[in-house]
Amino acid sequence: MIYAQILAGGKGTRMGHVKMPKQFLTLADKPILIHTVEKFVLESRFAAILIVCPADWLSHTKEIVHRYIHDDRVKVVTGGAERNETLMQGINYLQTHYDLTDDDVVITHDAVRPFITQRIIADNITAALQYPAVDTVVPAIDTIVQGATESVTTIPVRESMYQGQTPQSFNIQALIKAYDKLTTDQKATLSDSCKICLLAGETVHLVRGENFNFKITTPYDLKVATALVETRE
Amino acid sequence: MLNQVYRLVAARQFEVQTVDEVLAPTDIIVRPTYLSLCHADQRYFTGNRSQTALRKKLPMALIHEGVGTVVADPQGEFKPGDLVAMVPNTPTKTNEIVKENYLPSSKFRSSGYDGFMQEYVFLHRDRAIKIPKDFDPQMAAFIEMVSVGVQALTQLKHTMDADQKVIGIWGDGNLGYITATLAKTMFPNSQLVVFGRHQDKLDYFSFVDATYLVDDVPENVQVSQAIECTGGLGSAQAIDQIIDHIQPMGTVVLMGVSEQPIDINTRMVLERGLTLQGSSRSGRQDFQQAVDILSHSAVTRERLQNLIGVTGTVHTLPEVTEFFERDLANYWGKAVMRWAV
Repeated sequence: MIYAQILAGGKGTRMGHVKMPKQFLTLADKPILIHTVEKFVLESRFAAILIVCPADWLSHTKEIVHRYIHDDRVKVVTGGAERNETLMQGINYLQTHYDLTDDDVVITHDAVRPFITQRIIADNITAALQYPAVDTVVPAIDTIVQGATESVTTIPVRESMYQGQTPQSFNIQALIKAYDKLTTDQKATLSDSCKICLLAGETVHLVRGENFNFKITTPYDLKVATALVETRE
Repeated sequence: MLNQVYRLVAARQFEVQTVDEVLAPTDIIVRPTYLSLCHADQRYFTGNRSQTALRKKLPMALIHEGVGTVVADPQGEFKPGDLVAMVPNTPTKTNEIVKENYLPSSKFRSSGYDGFMQEYVFLHRDRAIKIPKDFDPQMAAFIEMVSVGVQALTQLKHTMDADQKVIGIWGDGNLGYITATLAKTMFPNSQLVVFGRHQDKLDYFSFVDATYLVDDVPENVQVSQAIECTGGLGSAQAIDQIIDHIQPMGTVVLMGVSEQPIDINTRMVLERGLTLQGSSRSGRQDFQQAVDILSHSAVTRERLQNLIGVTGTVHTLPEVTEFFERDLANYWGKAVMRWAV
């Protein structure tokens, strides 16, 4: 089976003095999260679409989902304190509520990337059915510079640099095994879900993203996102 | 819903635009799968339209021939996965006399209104025609063009006199081939004669009764009714020749699009009592009839299979541009792209 998991656990600390987490802010008259979920419900191959959100925002999430989304496959689940904990809370939900097999896969996606396309979702599904882990990336446009404090330590060759996006997709059993191998420290600090599998020695396959599949993290991003959307006449 | 629309913004330049779409209860959502290129799309792509037209119509998503799979229907009439042909003509009014494709108020995809080069197409449900599962989707992609042929031949039936003995078709391109294929089915008792400029193209018309190169037509060749499928400046020469070879009181259906006005020998039109009947585009009814004809005639489907020319899958806008360029260099058949953008 193929499952989707929308990671909506963020607290929106980079959005400035906004009380509401960024995934619930409005873009084109709807919460950003809803735009994202709308893309996933159009993929009929998903057996379930989980929205994993902060505990404090569970009822709010359920209410907006009820208002905008009419699809029984969508379930709202409480996430954890950190990104990986949120991811694994969703996996726990799948383990508890569905009869998972070794072939089952999950497509995970940031709630705050509403410009996801059908093609990116479809490419992730195809790749996840073939590889243990899948990362969505775009080639780096700017030169990536690695540095410490005030000086550059190295400048990697740009042609081999990519910027990571989501979806990140996994064979569910491979992800669980890889996560179990992590130390408590690693579990708390790893900011990228694919790295869980990479550290466990699994192959992480690349899928091409889109530059416009960006993450709405700052007030600037929200301005850009708003400017990008045209209303159909 | 945030939908990605891939628009032509200038000659040979496509850009993506996010459009916030609203799904009305009367609409369905279709994921385009196979899209077929038309000369009209190429005229926009290469910038071979007047500057006024380009300024007025661009940016715009191209393509008005295509099929897709249904992904959402609020009323449940269509199931996810249903293959449908998308009708590009979108009426905004109805009229008891004027057909939907001739109403000035109708919108037409890829002509001032976004075509099918989109992530998802939001379509009024009566603009989707179910395609049988045994149809090749690459062939089904140009059912729109088949429906245009149906429209023209239906018009001919209504307009022409009782003489159905010989139907003459001028034009050996895609439109001529499709119209000849349909005429074989819709006028089964008529002789079918095709006039063209290229012997190697005329060779594809093995199912007709006779073919002639236009510079070598015997004087005694006569047709009862004629259909012009040339377009461009060639239309003038074709219409001239039709006037020479058509029976008095015959009907000439004009289908070819010419960018510039062309000369017509009206003295001879008057003298012979000819009827000139314009035919353009098609409506839902023509689509349904096209699907019905193809459903009941395996041989017609087979003939149209032979019209599939350039094919390929496109994933990115540079690949789309390359596909349009490949079609420009293509000599025979329709260019059909599998849409994976």
